[in-house]
Amino acid sequence: MSRYFTDRLARNVVFICATVSFVILLAIAVFIFKEGLPAFKEIGFINFIFGMVWRPGQEQYGIFTMIVGSIAVTAGSLILAIPLGIACAILLADVAPFKLRRFLRPLVELLVGIPSVVYGLVGLVLLVPAVREIGGNGFSIATASIVLMAMVLPTIISISEDSIRAVPMSYKEGALAMGATHWQTIWRVLLPAARSGIGTSIVLGMGRAVGETMAMIMVIGNAIILPKTPLDPARTLTGNIAVEINYASGLHENALFATGIVLFIFIVILNSIAVILFKRGTHVQTVT
Amino acid sequence: MFRPLPKTTQRLAMFFIWGGGVITVLILMVVIGYVLVQGLPGLSLDFLTTPPQGGLSGEGGISTIIVSTIYLVAVTVVILVPIGFFASVYLAEYARDNRLTHLIRYGVEVLAGVPSIIFGLFGFALFVTALHFNFSILSGALTLVCLLLPTMIRTTEEAIRAVPYSYREAVLAMGATKWQLVWRMLLPVALPGIVTAIILCIGRAIEETACLYVTLGGSPAMPTSLLSGGRTLSLHVFYLAMETRAFDKAMATGAVLIITIIVINFLTNWLSSRFQARLGGRK
Repeated sequence: MSRYFTDRLARNVVFICATVSFVILLAIAVFIFKEGLPAFKEIGFINFIFGMVWRPGQEQYGIFTMIVGSIAVTAGSLILAIPLGIACAILLADVAPFKLRRFLRPLVELLVGIPSVVYGLVGLVLLVPAVREIGGNGFSIATASIVLMAMVLPTIISISEDSIRAVPMSYKEGALAMGATHWQTIWRVLLPAARSGIGTSIVLGMGRAVGETMAMIMVIGNAIILPKTPLDPARTLTGNIAVEINYASGLHENALFATGIVLFIFIVILNSIAVILFKRGTHVQTVT
Repeated sequence: MFRPLPKTTQRLAMFFIWGGGVITVLILMVVIGYVLVQGLPGLSLDFLTTPPQGGLSGEGGISTIIVSTIYLVAVTVVILVPIGFFASVYLAEYARDNRLTHLIRYGVEVLAGVPSIIFGLFGFALFVTALHFNFSILSGALTLVCLLLPTMIRTTEEAIRAVPYSYREAVLAMGATKWQLVWRMLLPVALPGIVTAIILCIGRAIEETACLYVTLGGSPAMPTSLLSGGRTLSLHVFYLAMETRAFDKAMATGAVLIITIIVINFLTNWLSSRFQARLGGRK
């Protein structure tokens, strides 16, 4: 075989492999929509999204309570994780002594890799009884938010820290030379300059929060009710799919794929909002 | 309006930063520490080498679960690595800066953000149902390949791009074709980086639960072929905690998982630092 022939063959092979991920993406869209759209047609888009009742046995499919559940745990976990995560990122990037950082950074990286079921297990054994003391049966939005916070934290910390660290030293030196305190330097110079990186970390954390499935099933109670307080149980969109898909058929199966469509659109919207918000952030940064 | 002195704000802010840091570290230590403390006593050679008993008792060990996990990961890697390597070679070496390349990159980016359970739905619809692979190692592995492809492509591409340009010039100056450049120079030089990418993917495959929950079947029996169902370590933790309520066994399995992840993390760090040193050369 001539080496030129091999060369041309290789060119085609690598090209085909490169298109695989795009093909998978298309295939996912096609399959989810093909299986999910009949549900929208059968049930009605409005009824499906805003319906409060999900009773597969009686052919009633409404996912509004789960949309609320997903939004509630995502918001709850981010409210807890953003201040903690950014504080920890500042600590690691600019405040803590080198030795502490050398110990903590690998720990944070390790935590990104801990399986979600392990977080769920710890939540189930430690947190559920603790929350039960406060009220409700322990399986609740509050419990789920705390578990999710622990899962989102490492992502926020590691990416935020990198972006704070990437701010040129001269910025910091300039601020300090003007007589700013350390905190003023962090608040007025470092954080604004690292804004787009911190934004990205939050978006990635949010993506992880919305998409998390198993840990949520373990601690949120999976009840199909409209939660009124953080101590009420709920069900997430992801949990709904995972809990029921293995035994679903017919319209029930279609409705679960339609849940997948809603989840998918949800994530696309969240990402777009974030991209718009933080693109503006980087623009300001380049102008100043 | 009252404005606190800069010095007061400074003190207060540092207090909150340290406080935030300490709380975070505590939370994270509790997660790992609790599972290790609760799980390690239940961990023995016996636990690792006996199969789990059926039914709701939750007795027995995790031997078949370990075999299933290794089987699944091996099948995944065999399919994933060639596709991922070639795709990243294309993106790093062949792709021109045109719309097609942008489209391919866009595909990788978006795929990386798709939640695991959506991959699960897809795998369920395509592999389990349409292709009749049923709930099996094969369905699980193919679903995992889809999920891990973006990670594999991105990390491998980084490793290939890290090879200095002068290497390429030297090889091309000798009259090599592009493929000879890729196969005889880039592959060996970037090998530690590529191995790091593979180990990273193995780690993620072991962590993954949601997409396998709906494609793998969850049978605790010993897998006999590609088409038999299986249960990974992560899934086992889930079933033990949710269905059999055998928390001690779940903790022990969790401890095995955490130790595996620690080893994998250590390996990737060690390999990538060696890779950096190798490319840096003598200075």
